[in-house]
Amino acid sequence: MKFNKIKDHLASYTVGIAGAGGLGSNCAVALARSGIGQLVIADYDIVESNNLNRQYYFTDQVGMKKTEALKENLYRVNPAVRVDIHDIKLTRENIPDIFRACDIIVEAFDSSVMKEMIAETVLGEWPDKPIILGSGLAGYGKTNKLKERVIGSTIIICGDEESETGDDLPSMAPRVGIVANMQANAVIEILMKKKDHEDNT
Amino acid sequence: MKIILNNRPEEFGMDEMTVSEMLNIKRFTYRMRIVRINGKLIKRDEYNKTVIRDGDDVQMLYLMSGG
Repeated sequence: MKFNKIKDHLASYTVGIAGAGGLGSNCAVALARSGIGQLVIADYDIVESNNLNRQYYFTDQVGMKKTEALKENLYRVNPAVRVDIHDIKLTRENIPDIFRACDIIVEAFDSSVMKEMIAETVLGEWPDKPIILGSGLAGYGKTNKLKERVIGSTIIICGDEESETGDDLPSMAPRVGIVANMQANAVIEILMKKKDHEDNT
Repeated sequence: MKIILNNRPEEFGMDEMTVSEMLNIKRFTYRMRIVRINGKLIKRDEYNKTVIRDGDDVQMLYLMSGG
């Protein structure tokens, strides 16, 4: 299938991205380049200089809200993508309202506590809505350990499921970028399956 | 009892166990996780009272910091 056909199909979908750090910013850029119709992005953080080792921001954006900076970058990549930003800390209470219209949700937090919180909330609220989790990506090397695991039909986990970020194991651009793009790749795969399904019915 | 744990058959000495007991027996160390039994999400506050029985399909995934 030609890229334009794929892009036209992806334009009819909305993807939620929970967190605009290393995973969220890189995943959003990949989805914008691919032609996703709408991105719903939530984060309450500000771009700091130590984020630039892996997050899709630039030196002149230090001090900006991540949601505003990412929206700016996404429009520079693809002005056709609609970007709906929420400068808010996600909680069990506000997640259902913010991501209700999304066809898929990408978990893109740094903290494991937040990862568990959104996974429990999404799986509890919408058992059939696909959620793409990132788990295990700290450090460098070990490219072949990074993998995708599908659980049931709606939970996909990307990462090595063992490398936790710590004082001596930082998150770095290559492995975070790989996992963020694996998440974007999983989103596109799920949405393109819907096209196959529509074309065959 | 025999269960399926993360797609692999596993055998345990008792007839049934709670989710908390299984976590102890298996020495699962990561603190943040998602547990599903036969596709149903088991929330953290239900670990002590949710019982795993023979034949159950248990899925567990760890959520570790980094992103």
